[in-house]
Formats: sequence, C-alpha cells, structure tokens
Amino acid sequence: MSDLFSDVFLGALFFGAITAAIPLLLAGLGEQMSEKAGVLNIGIEGMMIAGAYAGFLGAYYSESLWLGFATGAFGGIVVASIMVLLCVRFGLNQIVIGIGLTLGFEGLTALLHHFQFSRTYPRLPAADVTVVPYLSDIPILGPALFKHHLVVYLAVLLVFVLAFVYRRMQLGLNLQAAGDKPAALDVAGVDVVRTRAFAVFTTGALAGLGGAYLANIGAGIFVPFITNGAGFLGIVLAMLARGRPFWVLCGALLFGVCLSLTTALQVAGINIPTDVIQMIPFLAVMAMLIMFGRKSSLPAALGIPYERGAR
Amino acid sequence: MSSETGSATQGQMPLKKPGSAIAHRLVLTIGPILIALILGGLILLALGVDPIKYYGYVIQRGLLSPTGIQQTLTRMAPLLFLAAGLIVAFRAGVWNLGADGQFLLAAVIAAASAPYLADFMPSWLAVIIAFVLSTAIAVIWSLVPALLRAYQGVNEIITTLMMTFLGVSLANVLVKLVFLDPSTTVPQTRTLPVADRLPRLFDTTISSGLIFGLIAIVAVHLMMTRTAFGLKLRIVGANTRAAVHSGLSVPHLTVAVFALSAGLCGMAGAIDILGVQGNVRADWNPAYGLTVIPMVFLARFNGFASIAFVLLLSVLSIGGESAARRLGVPTVFTLLLVAIVLIVLAIAEYIDHRHNQAAKA
Repeated sequence: MSDLFSDVFLGALFFGAITAAIPLLLAGLGEQMSEKAGVLNIGIEGMMIAGAYAGFLGAYYSESLWLGFATGAFGGIVVASIMVLLCVRFGLNQIVIGIGLTLGFEGLTALLHHFQFSRTYPRLPAADVTVVPYLSDIPILGPALFKHHLVVYLAVLLVFVLAFVYRRMQLGLNLQAAGDKPAALDVAGVDVVRTRAFAVFTTGALAGLGGAYLANIGAGIFVPFITNGAGFLGIVLAMLARGRPFWVLCGALLFGVCLSLTTALQVAGINIPTDVIQMIPFLAVMAMLIMFGRKSSLPAALGIPYERGAR
Repeated sequence: MSSETGSATQGQMPLKKPGSAIAHRLVLTIGPILIALILGGLILLALGVDPIKYYGYVIQRGLLSPTGIQQTLTRMAPLLFLAAGLIVAFRAGVWNLGADGQFLLAAVIAAASAPYLADFMPSWLAVIIAFVLSTAIAVIWSLVPALLRAYQGVNEIITTLMMTFLGVSLANVLVKLVFLDPSTTVPQTRTLPVADRLPRLFDTTISSGLIFGLIAIVAVHLMMTRTAFGLKLRIVGANTRAAVHSGLSVPHLTVAVFALSAGLCGMAGAIDILGVQGNVRADWNPAYGLTVIPMVFLARFNGFASIAFVLLLSVLSIGGESAARRLGVPTVFTLLLVAIVLIVLAIAEYIDHRHNQAAKA
C-alpha cells in the first residue's frame, strides 16, 4: 500500500487529473453557455473532434502549439456555424442536428486522417510548461498542479471570467433571458437569434479548444474518435452545474481524477480492468442525480427554437 | 427533375389527393438522399477516390451479390429491433439515447446465458430463455433514467447517455471478469454453437432474426398508430400538459415507454448474439444505436418507412465494409454519409415548411 500512495504516484495522479480535466472543463463551460441561452448542444462532441483534428493539424504543420489552439478553436467554430445556421437561424430540431453533426464530424475527421496519414500517427513534441513560481515548490501538489501549459491556467481563469459575465454583465442577463423567456428578450429589443448565435459560436470555440488540448497536449497525437465521449461528459457537467461555472470546474476535476486514476493504477501495477474505473465518474454522477435530481434546473426554453410571434 | 418538383408543388395544395401527398413525401425523402450521395461523392472525389466506382462497388457487394444481400438482410435484424425501440420512445417524446448500452448489456447476458443453458436443456428452449432474460436486463437497466424522468423530471437525454457509457463499461467488465470463457485466451464469453443459434431461413445464410425484426417493427407501428395505448403515448409525446389534463398518468406511461423502448433495444442485442455472433468479445461495441437514430428520423418515426431506411443503412454498411477492404475507403465513410443525409433532409424539411407557409400567406 505504501507503494500505491507514494509521492510519485500521487504526483502523477494529480498531474494527469488536471490534464484530463481541462478538455472537459472547456467543453462543460461551452455547453453551459449554449444551454443558458436555450440551445441544447448535442453537437458538442462533433465540435470537439473537429477542434482536435484541426488543432492537431495546425500544431503539426506550424510546429506551434498556440497556432494549434487557434486552428482548433476555429475548427470548433466551423461546426458551430452549421449549428447556428440550422438550429438557431432556421429553428431545426437541435437533437437531430446535434447527433448529425457529431456523427458527421467523427466520420469526416477519421476519414481525412486516414487519407492524410494512413496508419501512421505522428506525435507532437512535448508541450512547454509554464511554471508558477513559489507555488510549484509545494511538495507533491506543486509540480502536479502548477507545471502546466499556460492554456491550463487560462482555462481556469475563464471560469471566473464567465462567472462575472453571468452575474454582473448585461450579456449574462441577455443569455439567461434567451434561455428562459426569449420573447421577453425580444420585446426588450435584443435580438434573440443573435444572442443565441453568440452563445453557440462561443461553445464551438471552447469545445474546439478543448479538443485541441486533448489531442495536442493530453495525447500528443490525433487518433480517430479521440474525444471518446468527452463532449457528452461536457453536457453532463453543464447539466449538473446548473448555470454555475465554478461547479463545472469542480465536476471537471472530479471526472479528471477518475480518468487519471485509470492510467495511474495501471502504472502502479494494480490489475483492475480499466472499465471498472471508467465507470466511477458516471456512477458518481448518477448517484448525484438520484439524490439531488430536482425539477426545473434547466432553462425553460431549452431546446425550443425561437420563432417570433409563435405562441 | 422538373416532373418531381411539379408533383411536389401539387402535394402542397389543400385537399390534395392521397397519391400526390405520398409522391410529395417520396420526393422530399429521395431527393435529399440523392443530394447527400452526391455530396458524399464529392468528398470521395476530393480524396482521390472514384465515387462511381465506390458506389457501384457498395451496391454490388451490399445489394446485388448473393452473399452480400444475405449479409445485408441478416444485419437488418438487430437494426430493425433498435428502430422499433427508438420509434416507441421518440413518438412518446422520450429521447432514449441509451440504446447502445441497453443493446450491449442484453447481448452480454444472452451470450453468457445461452451456451450455459444449452448444456442441460434443448437448445430452442435455451435460446428463448436467454432472449427473455436479456430483454429483462435491458428493461431493468432503463429503470433508473425512467424513474428519474417520470418522478423527478430529470432530463433523460443526459441520464440515458450516461447509462450508455456505464453500460458499455459494465458489459466489458462482465465479459472480462464474470462470463469469461476459460477455454480460450481471447477475452470473450462462451460461444453458442452454430447449430444451437436461431435457424437460418431456407437454404440461405439469412438469420431468421430478420423475420422477428420485421414483426417487431410492424407491431410497434400498429401499436403506435392503431391502439388506444399508442394514442396515449403519442399524446404524452405531443403535449405533456394536455396529457395530464386529459387524466393520463404521465409518470406511469413514461416508465412504460422506457421499458418498451429498452426492451426492444435489448432484443436487438439478443437477436444479434443468438442469431449471428454467438459470443461477445471484450470491447465489442458496434454502436448500432447511434446510426439507427438518424434512420428513424429520416423515416419520420414511421415503422414501414423505417424498414426501407434500415435496409439502406445495411446495404451501405455491408457494402462499405467490403469497400474498405478493396478500395481503401474506411468504413467511417458510411457514418459520414448517414450524417449528411440527416442534415440535408432536415434542411429540405425546412425549405418545404417555408414554402408551405409562403403558399398559405
């Protein structure tokens, strides 16, 4: 047992937890904004995989991780623009289009990858880390939490920025109104379609960024279907967080620890099938839903396209 | 093309003949499929594959060659059950996205129980008991999201998705730890001998599961359209408040919908194992459920139309699997094609809807 809880093991566990949590955090924050504005974004998995592929290509050819993040976010925005056009502008069924986008971009990225790299999986060089002075000197936790790529800190910072936007800014109020009572927002002179489009575009950028992080830093390579449900986990996080960005962070860290435990235990030589550990976060969430599942935790107009003048 | 658009505009006339309405529907359905096939062809062209050769090969191997068509028809069996399960749920306004988890768990239970039972009872009885058992497991698996939705109002999209992740992992755990076949090194369940599986139809290799699948989907269609119970479910789906006001017990009906839907998805898993696969290997997950969802949408939750779309999906996937080996186009192209069809069809519906509104105004 002493072996299991050695410093190295704990360090690797927490480091891995952060790495695994960041894509979920970004996806969760993005989904949260969409849902706040009344768009149930099932296509987020497609946005993430598009971001992962575009981000990987960007980083691979430019040899710059930052450019990779930019292309990743752009990849997510491209998928989001389809969603905006079809679901926000045209008001088509969000679940149908969402599933279509997820399937389509999982297929498209796998297909493109096959024709581009065939069966080779080129690896990106390890990412530069930004070491936070002093804090990283804390034993065990320091190196695990404060020696990450700069984008990790920015993602955590985004939690607080979004919390501020939702609580203190007109934009946050507009987003909330677009999800709860779009007609009221319309009467107040704010364009519902534009507000919702803004939310979905932001979701695309965040999900694409999360996908790019997953491929470029989390894995260092792109393999087809690499997101493996991370987008859906983002939806779960957003649903559980009930509009609070900070809760998304907590949930993402919880999931991150569970995901990291899978690899860490294997490294430590404990022979449990990974499937058992992979079940833990979902079991935790189901337990939370059973205990705290209450009605009306979601925006009233979630999933309903806005049509001016409709009853 | 002009004759098609002609019949389409006729179809929007009020007091139309039923024939022209069907023609209108056909145009609205076949048109998007053709457009999607062309778009898919353009993608192939961009990747340096001859689309005509690809589609020709897919049709040849999925539909026209004797082995191909038999494989295609066999593949249809589980897909039909899944389509039936999804139609029940979607028509009743329940977004059961957990079909894959229900499918896989039932498959594992079927694969675990059938060879064991066949040791000490006639194989036909073993197959029937395994079928019932695995269906029951799928129903039980859906109870958590069902009760949460019915009594707590928790969104079933999220819960069923999560139950799918859980179910896939649990199925793997069961295969690797509990139902492992000790006689092989490959992690898999015991194998049901071919002789004990569902009989094949006549002299072909088509599994009789196809017949059961067809019965299931027609039965579901008739239940939803022709019975009082189906009407109740549709009312719940169309307007929950109206259902409450007309005295329907919405929670009970919701649980019933989940049970029916998950049961049919479980039957899909059972029929695939008992008819075709014979065992479940570790990490086996065909993820049929996610690809059947678009088919059901394309069919507008109509059982008979679903049969046609499931056939199309089977042809595309069986042909696509052959083409992957021969032409080097990975099978994921089928996934992409399905997605394009779905999106193009949604756009076509929108244009048609706007056109109708403009005609009324």
